[in-house]
Amino acid sequence: MILIGERINGMFKDVREAILNRDPEPVKRHAVLQTQNGARYLDINTGPTVAAEDQPATMEWLVKVTQEASPLPCCLDSTNPDAIEAGLKVHRGKAMINSTTADQWKMDIYLPMAARYGAAIIGLAMNEKGVPKDANDRLALAMEIVANADAYGVPMEELYIDPLVLPVNVAQDHGPEVLETIRQVKLLASPSPRTVVGLSNISQRCPNRPLINRTFLVMGMACGLDAAIADVEDNDLVDMAATANIILNKEIYCDSYLKTFRQR
Amino acid sequence: MSVTIAKERWSSKCLETVLGTGVKQVKVGGDCTLPFLHFEGEIPNPPAVALEVFDAPPQEWPDFLSAAYEGVLGDPAAWAKKCTDYGADLVALRLTRTHPDGENVSPEEAARVAASVAEAVDVPLIVLGCGVEEKDAAVLPEVANALSGKNCLLGCATQENYKSIVAGCIANGHAVIASSPLDINLAKQLNILITEMNLEPERIVMDPSIGALGYGIEYAYSIIERMRTGALMGDKMLAMPVVLLVGQEAWKTKEAKTPDAPDWGDQKKRAILWEVATATGLLHAGGHIAIVRHPESLKHIKAHINKMMQPQQY
Repeated sequence: MILIGERINGMFKDVREAILNRDPEPVKRHAVLQTQNGARYLDINTGPTVAAEDQPATMEWLVKVTQEASPLPCCLDSTNPDAIEAGLKVHRGKAMINSTTADQWKMDIYLPMAARYGAAIIGLAMNEKGVPKDANDRLALAMEIVANADAYGVPMEELYIDPLVLPVNVAQDHGPEVLETIRQVKLLASPSPRTVVGLSNISQRCPNRPLINRTFLVMGMACGLDAAIADVEDNDLVDMAATANIILNKEIYCDSYLKTFRQR
Repeated sequence: MSVTIAKERWSSKCLETVLGTGVKQVKVGGDCTLPFLHFEGEIPNPPAVALEVFDAPPQEWPDFLSAAYEGVLGDPAAWAKKCTDYGADLVALRLTRTHPDGENVSPEEAARVAASVAEAVDVPLIVLGCGVEEKDAAVLPEVANALSGKNCLLGCATQENYKSIVAGCIANGHAVIASSPLDINLAKQLNILITEMNLEPERIVMDPSIGALGYGIEYAYSIIERMRTGALMGDKMLAMPVVLLVGQEAWKTKEAKTPDAPDWGDQKKRAILWEVATATGLLHAGGHIAIVRHPESLKHIKAHINKMMQPQQY
């Protein structure tokens, strides 16, 4: 299970203020904490309050500050291609682009960018018409991303298909469709593309958010989920991922498995 | 019709361990793929073979094994020298006299013997305790101190007695054999416990416990194989090199000990073949250091390794 720490996001108040004041300390604190807790990538998102023209410079600053505090690669999270590219230019190691949709014009921007920078990339199984209603429609869009990634020379092991998770309190019927999509994405190509979810979406505006997130993570893993953008600062969530990893025989058991999961 | 050779791509590799000092230093591990599959990935170091030396004349060895060391059986330093004359990459000194049920010699006396052996040879030294966990916990730190700076391999450390042995290795610059009872989960856990004491993982060599051919070799084979695939898939706590205590297992088999069995052929030939088959079989599973007893076995195993280290043409 590849955990992608979600916390360095301008959507959160402390990070938003850090960006505003160009104060590196809160960003570094989250970078270190998520690294210690077993994250494999750190998601970087400027948040909605930064103006479009300021996003590239903000992304560049966030990537630099984050990588000063952590050896981990970043998952560059933006709808602005200039911001993503600005992050890629200063990034050390193998970055992840978050994300393209199945819209042709977007794939024509982001997939060549991933190939050029040797970055992994998340492909959302949706297009301008919105989020598909069932697994079949999600898979059809996923297949378009797979075909385009192949054409642009992005290896399947570096393509992460996101089936799009919706909040369980308003879109309950999507839960089983997402899990079914996770299962079937593996059949789209050989070698298979990987799968990722934006985990915390499942619990938007619900009470018991951590409980819902943890439960869904383990259910996704049982269906073959490879990665999740998640609250890695939730220790119980990381413990559950580590335990599911052991039960799924992804790692050889030892008594200290909770610790070894965090050290990888 | 052309044939496409299927090649596995691994994300990680085994750790490399360096033993001894100077020109006769031995490097093992560092493998980037399964044993001897040169076409898939780099295998920077061949497996090494050690000959075993006892600190007292062995009581239960068949004559033809003792005969190979005639004249030196009562002198561990001379015996060790003889092993290097036979071409051993390393010498493994076994401190049998420390056993509480036997002579029960002191840690200081054992350390003195170990130092005399280390003085006599220029190849790396492995020192094995008597196998009684409590006694080894007292003896091996003393040995570690006496051999300070010689970069030896000391064992066996178990989950019960690793602390004092590992502390001795850290203080004196040695590597440790981490021993587990045919159990990969315990092997991994012991490696974690040892690294938590701040011994570098490159200074750990795993003894998974083995059985000789016909005596459970398949259990050891599959555990060593899983250790290797775990290491190649990125499990750092299973990436250490593997030591095979072949001699102690092969020479207690009925096939090695029985003199009169016409159907089984000549005892000497049979016993040596048993040791060779056990060692080479487990080298193919992923072993890195084989400790054997008969110089003829050493010769056969080295010849096998030389052949297997020739690059394949694909």
